[in-house]
Amino acid sequence: MKINKRLISVMGCAVLLSLTTGCATRTVDKHARNMAGSCAACHGTNGHSVGGAPVLAGLDKTYFITQMKDFKSGARQATIMNKHAKGYSDEEFALLADFFAAQK
Amino acid sequence: MSVNRREFLKIGAAGIMIGAFPGIAFASNELIPKKGQRVVVVGAGFGGATAAKYIRMWSGQKIEVVLVERNTNFVSCPMSNTVLGGTRTISDLTGNYTTLQKKYGVNLVQGEVTAIDPDKKTVMLANGHLSYDRLIIAPGIDFMFDRVEGLSAKVADESIPHAWKAGAQTTMLRKQLEAMPNGGTFVMSIPAAPYRCPPGPYERSCQVASYFKAHKPKSKVIILDANADITSKKGLFTAAWKELYPGMVEYRNTSNVVEVDVASKTAKTETENIKADVLNILPPMKAGAVAGMAGVVGADGRWCAVDFLSYESKVHKNIHIIGDAVSSSLPKSGHMATAQAKICAAAVIEMLDGKQPDQAPTLSNTCYSMVSGNEAVHVANVFRFNAEKQAMVSADGGGVSKARSEAEGAYAASWLQNIMSDVLL
Repeated sequence: MKINKRLISVMGCAVLLSLTTGCATRTVDKHARNMAGSCAACHGTNGHSVGGAPVLAGLDKTYFITQMKDFKSGARQATIMNKHAKGYSDEEFALLADFFAAQK
Repeated sequence: MSVNRREFLKIGAAGIMIGAFPGIAFASNELIPKKGQRVVVVGAGFGGATAAKYIRMWSGQKIEVVLVERNTNFVSCPMSNTVLGGTRTISDLTGNYTTLQKKYGVNLVQGEVTAIDPDKKTVMLANGHLSYDRLIIAPGIDFMFDRVEGLSAKVADESIPHAWKAGAQTTMLRKQLEAMPNGGTFVMSIPAAPYRCPPGPYERSCQVASYFKAHKPKSKVIILDANADITSKKGLFTAAWKELYPGMVEYRNTSNVVEVDVASKTAKTETENIKADVLNILPPMKAGAVAGMAGVVGADGRWCAVDFLSYESKVHKNIHIIGDAVSSSLPKSGHMATAQAKICAAAVIEMLDGKQPDQAPTLSNTCYSMVSGNEAVHVANVFRFNAEKQAMVSADGGGVSKARSEAEGAYAASWLQNIMSDVLL
């Protein structure tokens, strides 16, 4: 009985914790962040390109997703991006779009 | 009896004393007092420097990071073949660690690691030690000079450079090409895969040919490849040789260089001797020496097996390996080292917090090769973790350029700017 009560309070804490971290990190999905890490070689840290490749930081979400889908289908031709786009799913496009849109 | 006992006690005491010596050695001074959770990163190339930066950035500067590097500066190996072609110098490829220290609070220790104790979780240097909670090693590659008779580290430094770590040898090789007479022969060898930067040797042949075409048009490039065929971007390189450098580049497959004669600059394969004016031997490669110190090299004696969710060693807990030293089907490239470094950094942060790392790591590789002064070709792939295979597997849709282009040459230059900035700034 005592144990159960403790268990419940632990569970309550866990729920509270997950709620708070959920709120605090809504814009930092770690899986998306980790995945976006690979884009930095060409597009800069967090999408802040310092070279000739486009800046992704702060890019409009819908625009990002449309471009990626067009790269994937071949509707938009590019040198590299048609290959990379084919490697990701639509769900991953959305995750990446969220991540880059949130970069200031 | 009592003498025996006394003698036994003496031996016992001596034994204890001998046993205590390594303990005394490890009780030497802590180079930087450890205040909280600490990650030590050994090797500040593409992989190590990136891991250091990203752990600081993603942990909100909570985790201490000590980065150990023996060199004073960062020199990019990617694009260093263009030094041979003449469109860049080593200084164009050189960066420093100032921003990692000032902006990210990375503790930089310049020095050489002498030993690693996985049980005590310490890294030894000549002047003291560093304790860690987790260790990341990014040891890059070392050369197996003993596989080529007549070759040694000294010979490579003095007369037959590999120039496969960008720096003094790259500049030396360029100078040798400049001093070579028009009509001379440049002979280069490629070891059996896996080796650092699969397309790099073929890119090198193009860069040297590009220099010859402009300045020494009667000269020749001979490639002795231990592999049965061109290992990367085959159609693009053969097109470049044929169309840009007709009659200049000669490719010989299944030509394993087993011996060199240093004085006459002659390369010997199992079947032929080829005399060169400038000789460039790439010996077989293995994980850098630090991997051996950590005891994380696999049964092949060359590469390190890791868990691809965290890059933690399959041999020792709390030691992670990233970059060229890792045993995997991932290409040994600069971009790949940075991508692995980020997955590793994220995992280390979670694991130090008692949590599970990202269970679906996904990363990508973009690799450019300059086939002339201003044209490039690429290979690009996405890789994702396959739980069943416990390996990183190439996703569909990756591949190489349709043809070389100046546009890709410009993107390659942009890639260099961005990746160096991502690693160091």
